[in-house]
Amino acid sequence: MTTYAMVIDTRTCIGCGDCVVACKNENNVPAGLNRDWVVEATRGEYPELHTEFRSERCNHCGHATCVTNCPTGASHYWKDTNIVLVAAEKCTGCKACIAACPYDARLIMHPDGYVDKCTFCHHRVDQGLNPACVSACPTRCMYFGILDERDSIVSRLLRERRYKTLMPETGNQPNVFYLL
Amino acid sequence: MIEEVLTTARYNAKVDPSLGIWTWEIAFYLFMGGMTAGIILFAAWAVLGRKEETLNFAHNRFALWAPIALSLGMTTLFLDLEYKLHVWRFYASFEPASPMSWGAWILVLVYPLMIVQTLSTLRNGYPALAALVERIPGGKSILSICESRRRLIAWLAIPMAVALGIYTGVLLSAFSARPFWNSGVLGPLFLLSGISAAAALPILGACKADERHFFALADIGFISLELVFIGLLLASLATGTAQHMGALELVVGGLYTEPFWLWFVLPGLLIPIVFEVVCVQGYRAFGLAASVFVLYGGFMLRYLVVEIGQVSTWTEYAIQFDPQVLLRLTQ
Repeated sequence: MTTYAMVIDTRTCIGCGDCVVACKNENNVPAGLNRDWVVEATRGEYPELHTEFRSERCNHCGHATCVTNCPTGASHYWKDTNIVLVAAEKCTGCKACIAACPYDARLIMHPDGYVDKCTFCHHRVDQGLNPACVSACPTRCMYFGILDERDSIVSRLLRERRYKTLMPETGNQPNVFYLL
Repeated sequence: MIEEVLTTARYNAKVDPSLGIWTWEIAFYLFMGGMTAGIILFAAWAVLGRKEETLNFAHNRFALWAPIALSLGMTTLFLDLEYKLHVWRFYASFEPASPMSWGAWILVLVYPLMIVQTLSTLRNGYPALAALVERIPGGKSILSICESRRRLIAWLAIPMAVALGIYTGVLLSAFSARPFWNSGVLGPLFLLSGISAAAALPILGACKADERHFFALADIGFISLELVFIGLLLASLATGTAQHMGALELVVGGLYTEPFWLWFVLPGLLIPIVFEVVCVQGYRAFGLAASVFVLYGGFMLRYLVVEIGQVSTWTEYAIQFDPQVLLRLTQ
């Protein structure tokens, strides 16, 4: 399996939301729905506060509980990679995958009723391009590549910098990494 | 202090501000599924125990209620689907890691079994219906074959009913992303609750006092076991991870404390068990009231578990965006 990863530098992300707009434009996400979003996380006690911005989306988990819980095979891995997609023609809208995602990263694509999510813009990846959110980021804080390749930008960053993933204790093996 | 705020406008329907994908439709389906399991078990047990004299209702009439109850549940399950035209997709594949897929195929096995179990009781339990079936070509033979295989059908029905009853709980407990559901206790708890609800039905419908007495006694036992399993569910949450303890807090001091204890445990378990005890002393009215409370409690258990499970989560953001503000601005 080829593992694609997204690496986001929380030190250079300014929370502008351009990634969110780029995703909506690229994937025609209907008004009122979002495949990605930005979180402002503040920790500490005043005046010792630390704030980070995180652009979040589906973590394209190595062990995706949304895939294992799907009763029809609609949720699946794309072309022997970790990119999790939903085959709309197989989706019943039972919403088991939504309940199974600890990141609440899935949504119901009204009015059709099938479940939708971030695809890592696999149609762009197929052409050797970065996902739209990565391409549009004005501060260049987002990186995309193949984790298994030692020389890829994502592998290099994860070797050189401290990082975290969101809730790795879920056991889902998330593949969106945040540089600290 | 940790504060995580959504700075962009994520307000996905049924996901934000907290999950609300499943409501009464799923709760009703889980209730009916569990009760169906209980009906099948009692009907099968009455046959295997040769209880035609003492438990005539369970032996000859109860089986018909199972397909009716399950069909009602399946109807609301269908109503819950967002993409109804694709319902057949459940049967286009089998996904061994998905409890919902197991459930879909268990239903395929349970339905024919319920039908033959019902057919095996029709001549004795519902002669008018049996006469209708006999008018169909081959109907007489089918009824005769089912009657002659009644014990075999009962033996097959028992494991299928247990699988159906437990599955209604496992369906939820398999979601590790929802801490309140993520306990192995949920499967047996829903099975016990389903059997308890099934035991309440003959108290309403059986003619003979002896049979009502038997089911009242049985219900006392099953409600008591249910209370034990609810205790075990809470204990498993209390001894779990921070997420599990957070889920427990929802019913112990949190948002769902009042609904859980005052709307479910008290009227759905404690009051009926007292009423059943009075009923076995010979006061039928208490038995009737207890049955209504038991059925209410069975539904409320599923309704609250479905709702609380969705509120319990790994991800908790403060939602900065309020769509109501936008609506007010545009009006």
